Amino acid sequence: MATRIGMEVSIAAAEAVKQANVDIIAAYPITPQTHIVEHLSELVNNGELDAEFVPVESEHSAMSVCSGSSAVGARTFTCTSSQGLALMSEIVYAVSSLRLPMLMILANRSLNSPLSIWNDHSDVMSIRDCGWIQLFVDNGQEVYDHVFIGFRVAEDRNVLTPFIINLDGFVLTHVIEPIEMLDQKVVDRYLPPYQPLYRLHPDHPVSMGCFGPPVLFTEAKKAQDEAMNKTMPYIIQGWQEFGDLTGRYYHPVETHETEEAKIIVVTQGSLGETASIAIDTMREEDEPVGLVKIRLWRPFPFEEFEEAVKGAELLVVMDRAISYGGPGGPLAGEIRSALYHQERHPRVVNFIIGLGGRDVAPDDFAQMVQQAKARPGEWYEIYGVRE
Amino acid sequence: MDTYLDRLGVYAARLVPQKEYLVPGHRACQGCAEVLALRLVAKVLGRNNIIASATGCMEIVSSPLPLTSWDVPWIHVAFENTAAVASGIEAGLKALMRKGRLPKQKITVMGMAGDGGTSDIGVQALSGAMERGHNFVYVCFDNEAYMNTGIQRSSATPFGASTTTSPAGKVVPGQTTWKKNMPEICAAHNIPYVATACPSYPFDLMEKVKKAADIEGPAYIHILSVCPTGWRLAPELAIHAGRLAVETGVFPLYEVERGKYKLSVDLPELRPVEEYLKIQGRFRHLTPELIDKIQQRVQEEYTKLKKKVQMTNEG
Repeated sequence: MATRIGMEVSIAAAEAVKQANVDIIAAYPITPQTHIVEHLSELVNNGELDAEFVPVESEHSAMSVCSGSSAVGARTFTCTSSQGLALMSEIVYAVSSLRLPMLMILANRSLNSPLSIWNDHSDVMSIRDCGWIQLFVDNGQEVYDHVFIGFRVAEDRNVLTPFIINLDGFVLTHVIEPIEMLDQKVVDRYLPPYQPLYRLHPDHPVSMGCFGPPVLFTEAKKAQDEAMNKTMPYIIQGWQEFGDLTGRYYHPVETHETEEAKIIVVTQGSLGETASIAIDTMREEDEPVGLVKIRLWRPFPFEEFEEAVKGAELLVVMDRAISYGGPGGPLAGEIRSALYHQERHPRVVNFIIGLGGRDVAPDDFAQMVQQAKARPGEWYEIYGVRE
Repeated sequence: MDTYLDRLGVYAARLVPQKEYLVPGHRACQGCAEVLALRLVAKVLGRNNIIASATGCMEIVSSPLPLTSWDVPWIHVAFENTAAVASGIEAGLKALMRKGRLPKQKITVMGMAGDGGTSDIGVQALSGAMERGHNFVYVCFDNEAYMNTGIQRSSATPFGASTTTSPAGKVVPGQTTWKKNMPEICAAHNIPYVATACPSYPFDLMEKVKKAADIEGPAYIHILSVCPTGWRLAPELAIHAGRLAVETGVFPLYEVERGKYKLSVDLPELRPVEEYLKIQGRFRHLTPELIDKIQQRVQEEYTKLKKKVQMTNEG
């Protein structure tokens, strides 16, 4: 029987990793990821989880250890944030090109400088094109569930692509929420042990990570791009089967009050929960506003997104990162290009908010919607800056 | 000098395994002593071996898609993380065997990198892996520069050597710093086995690799790998140059087994370093004063090493 327990979201994430029966965890401490790996090391040292905990000397080595362990066929987990992700990013690109499945939880945090340990999405946006499946979760239950979904999808022989769960730092990692834990039997049914297609083993020697001369490099990259695009049905299947077992269904984009909405607010991550409160209030005031949450970031859910915003005249897109000298935030840029082929597409106004842990309240959403309505054209603005 | 052949224990030429695990067809330069060293190492480690390779000469010559020279499982991820990748392989196998998902068997894990991938960019990952005590053999193929990128200096480049980033100029005569002592850095980690080797002494090299593989815990072997291209040396002189490096004391062969130092080739008298330097184009600009300076340093280092042998074997 599933049980519902109040616990810190980081602990819930670590408990899910334990229930997923991982073989290897490699990690280096970085705020606000720390509670997740601290709890995992406790579980290992108390004999509650039979896994190797490799306390590496840097995030670069964390990802490198993960590449080795995944290559021998071990179920592999790591967790990082911010500067740590930046340090490991070279290897983040390598493991997806090597098609090594693993799961990483990214406790999202801003990048230097100024030094900030608090939440925004500038870390994950720095590896947008790293070739991993990437998604955002809104709450503790979603991160708990996606540990199983992530391993299941990543290790699928038709996918073999590493998987990132983006979890907002502090505002999610460090809060206590009610979590419905799964019965171990349900987990085992959903997530059988990893059966690698290829592994490093003397019985069947293979060479991995060869060097690609110009005559073959492009073909290798095309194959990787095609493989990434083909992951979509397996992600959807993973969600569907998880929903059938637990009653909790997930989708590439999640909608709230989008029926006949003329204005749609677009968010990623935990901002969606705050936004939905604002949307409900605005709806009560007869504002035709809806909410679309982008769950899946890579592969980008083009079709599902278009369907979700169909009929809207104005999209108010929230970004938690800046593309300096670019067209605004990375999410808004993505959305504009997703809509570009339409003859008549909604106007896109982009707000960059919540940087470095700046709080975003329901009232802020109402204000941004009003501003976007009042001012014509497509533009971006860093919201709430004190001048 | 040659009497050391008489002292051979386990290995005699006829007992060396015939099977090659680095198969013919690789693309190393003529006279490359590094690929010879690698071939000997692979031979000794044999079938039950998984190799993590750094970016570098040996990765480039052995793995151009769609070809491979490897008849054992082999992986290359990046330049600086070989020891960490090997850590992951070792820890992964351990977990899978313990949990019954792989049959229990002895599989050697080897990390291999050049001098740049070891003593410069890879030293952090290597230090971490040694400190954590992973059971693996790390082999550094030291050709004393970044050779496959165009002969740039590394921290293992010897004093006075002319490279493309430490060129012998009118004001600065090549590399201005002394070679980083990587075997000593590893020995300072108190790992069970550290050794130096050179393919000019093939049986000594193979014995050390065998020992490293059998020892539980991290083992480090630093192999001087003569590079005719980078050293400006005729290809047929590679083995000779390796011999001279040992006989002049420039590259002494020794082991540090559980803290105890042992010279593999104990030389009562060293040959003058000039004999070693003069056959290499990278040193052709050296003045007699600079050669003297090198001679002095080599003698000091050799004396220091002999003292360590004496000290660690007392009582």
